[in-house]
Order: sequence, then structure tokens, then C-alpha cells
Amino acid sequence: MTRYALTRCAVAAFATLAFVPLTLAQTKPPAAKPAAPATAPDPTAAEFDKFREVLEEDNPAELFEAKGKELWFAKRGPNSASLEKCDLGLGPGVVKGAYVRLPRYFADVGKVMDVERRILHCMVTLQGFKMEDLAKQPFSNPNRTPDPVSLVTYVAGQSRGMKIATPMSRPEERETFEIGREIFNYRAGPYDFSCATCHGEDGKRIRTQPLPNLTKPAEAIRAYQGWPGYRMTGGVMHTLQWRMNDCFRQQRFPAPDYASDTITALLAYLAVNANGQVYKGPGIKR
Amino acid sequence: MGIRTASILGAAAAALAAAFSATAGDPSTAAQEMIKRDFKPRGIATIDRVNQDGVQTLCNRTHDKPPKDIAERLEKDQLAGIQWPADGKLLGDWKAGERVAQSGRGFTWSDKPGVTGGSCYNCHQIGPNENSFGTVGPSLYQFGKTRGFGADMQKYVYGKIYNAKAYNLCSLMPRFGHVGALTEKEIRDLVALLMDPGSPVNK
Repeated sequence: MTRYALTRCAVAAFATLAFVPLTLAQTKPPAAKPAAPATAPDPTAAEFDKFREVLEEDNPAELFEAKGKELWFAKRGPNSASLEKCDLGLGPGVVKGAYVRLPRYFADVGKVMDVERRILHCMVTLQGFKMEDLAKQPFSNPNRTPDPVSLVTYVAGQSRGMKIATPMSRPEERETFEIGREIFNYRAGPYDFSCATCHGEDGKRIRTQPLPNLTKPAEAIRAYQGWPGYRMTGGVMHTLQWRMNDCFRQQRFPAPDYASDTITALLAYLAVNANGQVYKGPGIKR
Repeated sequence: MGIRTASILGAAAAALAAAFSATAGDPSTAAQEMIKRDFKPRGIATIDRVNQDGVQTLCNRTHDKPPKDIAERLEKDQLAGIQWPADGKLLGDWKAGERVAQSGRGFTWSDKPGVTGGSCYNCHQIGPNENSFGTVGPSLYQFGKTRGFGADMQKYVYGKIYNAKAYNLCSLMPRFGHVGALTEKEIRDLVALLMDPGSPVNK
């Protein structure tokens, strides 16, 4: 990506950040009656959707996609190997269309894996990296983007415009989906929250943040759409591994392990619910 | 500040909840085993938080639609556990209540112990000057004005904030007093925010 494109990205991101408070201030004061019914269009959410559309033309996520591509083909790690032999489910080295067919069952490990977990598996088995090193600081901050994040972004970009077709033919895949559904609905912790507390109904918001109903296909896609995503808050690239982790933080739970079965099960549940919808590629988030 | 255990639940209620607990080999059991394996304590978020108490167990097992008679018994138990102010005063300072309502802090692994707000605006429309409000819960704007300022309504609001599950067992709302998230004073101030005729909520 050129320096010009980089600058345009920065300008676009800055413009959005500056514009957000303005929009909030312009929101109409609440009328002297209960809030609008859940089915009415949400003007605040509509405004943010407009920004997202504008920003997607110059999404900084492209930078991470490019970085991920570089990493995929580079000879790295103790084994000085590339990831070109990594099997993401469609055969060694096939990246195109792999993302929209994950999570899936992998016979070589006897497990269902999501995209990030599978990439980690390849980094360990092909390149010789150690899982404990990769899991040490798995999430991005403004100063550091872990390699798996860029790799996930690259792989996701290779499914842009394709229909989500998460496989459910294996018993292991169906079981993972069902466990994911249970975890999604599992209320516990000091606030009695489950994922469904916030994401089980249509048209709800926390503050001004719209909450997709992740139990329905047309809305579950919103959890998939835009991830991995460039997050304007903090200006960092994040994957769904981070998103799930931070949801559990807000759910007042203890911390889930990175790339754990729990996260794979949840992602399988979300992905299957989004089946049939078109994936637009790495996105941009507030 | 930990979660207060469900000790107020009688043995009978616990047994009722247990009757709804999972059998080995089903997705629910597998999910709970997975959660126990995969979660680790962090900051103030202790590992016991992944365990369900009696109310959570029943709501989880029935997808928030518990049988009416069992729900009523558990609601009664929850109601019995509410600690009402000794002096009977339920109306505090609405200005302080607005600050409690605004704060979404508390109980996450990135929060400090003892710093907890009501997170009210996360889910409810309340005062007329806050446009950034959630819609998971009903609007509370004009609460006292439309429902009356009487003593019974004051008591209901105090009790509902202290333990929402005493009134609707599988309510989405946290049990702020029950788990020690809000103090008696903070709940009184929130009652005032909704119930004081001078509060902007009722203008």
C-alpha cells in the first residue's frame, strides 16, 4: 500500500473520530414518552452505518491484509518455513474461500478449529513457533499487532464477496455448534449475564451501540461482517478472538483462554447462524 | 467484593433447580465442562463466577421460561433476601443518583475492586439530558410522573434495583443490591432519580 493510501486512511479515521460527538449532539432529545419500539429504525445506528460505508472505501484493514499476505509467504520461525502448506480445510495452501468455511473439523487434530486457531496450529507445526509464545500477548494494541492477527486478516480477505458456508456435516461440527449455543445462552457471574442477554433480541442498543441479534441469520452476519476489523477506538486491528474475549470481560466473567474450545464453539455458533449471507471482507468498527 | 452466595435460597428451592440440571453427555453438560476448563481468574474476576446459583440454573435450563409455580417460590426467596433500609427512608438524592446511573464501571476484570456504578443508562432511557442510552430495558423517563409517587411504588423501585429477580425471576437486569454492587445509599439515590418529583426524570 502506498504512502498516499496510508495518509488517506489516517485522514478518514480522524474525520470519523471528530464527527462522532457531533452526531451524538445532533440526535433529537427523547420525546416525553417511552423510547421508540424495538422495530423502528434507529437513527443513531443509521448514522454510524453511513460512516462505516464511507470508511470502508479506505479501510486501514487493507494494510493488515497486505502484511498478513507477506507473513503467509515468508520463510519464518525456527523451521524457516512459509505457511504455503497450511491446510485451512480446503487442502494445503488453499486460502481462497477457506475463511467462509470455518470453523470446521480437522481430522489431523481430531478437533473443530476456527480460523485463528488453525493458523496458530500451522505456525506451530510448520514453522516451529511455540504455542505458549503465540498466546502470551495475543491481542493488538496501538504499538503492536500480533502476526496471527495480520494472517487472519489476509485469510479473511481471500473470502471477500463469498457466501458463508460453515460446514455442519460432521457430528463433531454439529456438537460444537450445539455447545456454542449453550455457551451463548449460559447466564452466570455477578450480573447474571449471558451473550443472549444483550444479543438475543432484535433492535437493541447498549448506550448508542447497536446490538445485533446473533440468533438470527440476517443479524448474525453483523457479528461476522466487519471482523476481523479495524477498530477506530484505539486504532487497532482485531479479530473475533479479541471480540469474544472482550465480550466476556463485559459479561463480568473470568478470562477465557485464547484460542480455546469455548471460543471456537461460540464462533461456530455465530458462523452457522450467518450461513448463506455474503461476507464482505475485513471491515471497520467504531 | 465477591458474589454473595445463594445461601438465601432454601434447600427446597435448590433441589427444584437441581431437578432441571443437565444429564451427562448432553450439550449443556459439555458446555459447562468446557467453560470450567477454559476460563481463568483475572483481576477481580474470580473463577467461581462461572458457577450458576439456583436462579441462574433454573433460568438457563428453561431458557428463561421457568414453570410458574417454581418461579414464584424462587422469587419469594429472592424477595426475602432484600435488606431494606433500617430507617425506612427509601428516597435519597436524585443528583447523586444520576451519577450512579451514568457509571458503567464495576465487576469486570479491568475494574478496581469497590468501584461500581449502576450501569443504568447502558440499558434504559432515564433523564431528558442524556441521549446516549440503551434500549435493552424499558424507558424510565417520567417514571414517577406516570406511575405515581406513592410509598408502595418507592418500595417496588428500591426492591427492583436491589434484586430484580425477586419480581421477575429471569429478568435480564442484574441484582445490584444482592451481589453488593450498589450500597443502600446508592440505591436510595437511584430511587430518588426515578421517584423524586423534583428529579428531571419527572419534569
